[in-house]
Amino acid sequence: MDFKDYYEILGVIKDASQDEIKRSYKKLARKYHPDVSKEADAEVRFKAIGEAYQVLKDPEKRAAYDQLGSNYQAGQDFNPPPNWDAGFEFNGGDFTGGSNADYSEFFESLFGHGFGSAQGRHKQYGDNVRGEDHHAKVLIDLEDAYLGATRSVTLQSPEIDSSGHVVNKQRTLKVKIPKGVKQGQHIRLGGQGSPGMGGSPAGDLYLVIEFKPHSIYRVDGNDVYLDLPLSPWEAALGASVKVPTPLGNVDLKIAADTPAGRKLRLKGRGIPSKVPGDLYVITQLSIPPADNDAAKALYQKMQEELAYNPRSKLGV
Amino acid sequence: MTQEILNGILLDEQTELSLIDLCCACSSTEEWIVELVEEGAIEPMNLQTTGKQCRGWVFTADNLRKARTAKRLQRDLSINIAGVALALNLLEQIENLETRLNCFKINSK
Repeated sequence: MDFKDYYEILGVIKDASQDEIKRSYKKLARKYHPDVSKEADAEVRFKAIGEAYQVLKDPEKRAAYDQLGSNYQAGQDFNPPPNWDAGFEFNGGDFTGGSNADYSEFFESLFGHGFGSAQGRHKQYGDNVRGEDHHAKVLIDLEDAYLGATRSVTLQSPEIDSSGHVVNKQRTLKVKIPKGVKQGQHIRLGGQGSPGMGGSPAGDLYLVIEFKPHSIYRVDGNDVYLDLPLSPWEAALGASVKVPTPLGNVDLKIAADTPAGRKLRLKGRGIPSKVPGDLYVITQLSIPPADNDAAKALYQKMQEELAYNPRSKLGV
Repeated sequence: MTQEILNGILLDEQTELSLIDLCCACSSTEEWIVELVEEGAIEPMNLQTTGKQCRGWVFTADNLRKARTAKRLQRDLSINIAGVALALNLLEQIENLETRLNCFKINSK
C-alpha cells in the first residue's frame, strides 16, 4: 500500500493552519467536483481531496497522521505500525457522500474500521422502509443509441454482512439499452436497488446514459453532426458522394459550387425517437497535395487559366 | 451461464415523475424538492394549475438529472439552495455552449 501525502494532495505546507487547509480544500473541491469539472480524472481527484481533508481538518487525526507520516514520502510503500493510534481519540467521520468504497486502502487502514466512519453513515431504519435507490453510469456507443444494445453493468454496493461489518459487494447486471437513448437520460430498473425492510419493496436502480466520444460523429440531443471532406472538383462540379451514417452508408448529392462549412441535413437520420433527430453533414474542403509532377502541372494550369482571387472580399 | 437481461424503463421526455419519485431517486425529503421548485431550479409541468399543492406535481424526467446534480453540489460543496440554482443555470449554459462549439468546430488535425 502506498503512503499518501495529504498535505501535497491539498496543496498546503505541513504547518499550514486549519484555516489554510479549509480554504485550500474548498477551492479544490469546487474545481474538481465531478459535476463541475471537465477533467477526465475529476472524480478520482475529488475523492482524494475529500479524503485528505477528512484527516487534516480534524486536529486529532491530523496529529496522529503527522506523527506517523514524518518518515514517509508520497507513494512510498506503507504499513501502519501496530497500535499506531494509541493515545489519540477519534470521533468518527462525516465525510460527505458515498460509501466507504470511496476511501483509499491507505485511509481505511488508518481511520477506517473502529472509528465510526463506516457505521455512522448507515441510518437506523425502522420497520417497513422502502430500500434505497442506487445510481450508476453506463457508457455506450452512439451506434447503441441507434440500434439498442445489451450492456453489462458492474455495481459495487456496501452491504452489512452477518458479523455486522460493511463489505463491498460486486454484482453484474445485464441491461437492455433501448434504442433512442440520449446523453444524460436515465434508465430505471425497478427493484434493483437496496432491499427494503420489513417486507417493503426494494429501491430502484437508475442508470445514467453517457456516450463515449465518437471518432467521427458529434451529438447534440437527438441530432448528430459529421464533417464531410470534399475534393475541390466534387465541391466545384457537384457530385454524388458516399456518406457514413451510424446505420450504414448513404449517397448524398452535393450541389455544384458547394462551399466549405455548408450544413446539409439528412432528415430523420439522427438518433431515433418519436421525433427522430437529424444528421447534419458539414462540408469541408480537402486539397490534394502537389507532391508529384502531374499534380503540380494541374495546379499550375489552374493558376494560369482560372483568374481566381480567394481574397477579393478582403480588398487585396 | 446465461444471465437474464433486464429491461428498464427509459426516462425520456415523455416520462412523468411524481414528487415522490423524485424524492426517492434523490434520497431527499419532499421539503427539499419544494425548495428547489420555489427557487426555480426545477419546475413541475403543472405548476400553474397546482400552485403549492406539491403532492399533485408532475415533473419531466430531465428534472431528475437536475435535482440529483443539485443534491451532490449542495452536499459536497455546502452551498445553499440559491447558490445551487445559480450553479445549475451556469452549468446548463456551459453545456449548451460546449455542445455548440463541439458541433461546429472544424477538425483541425
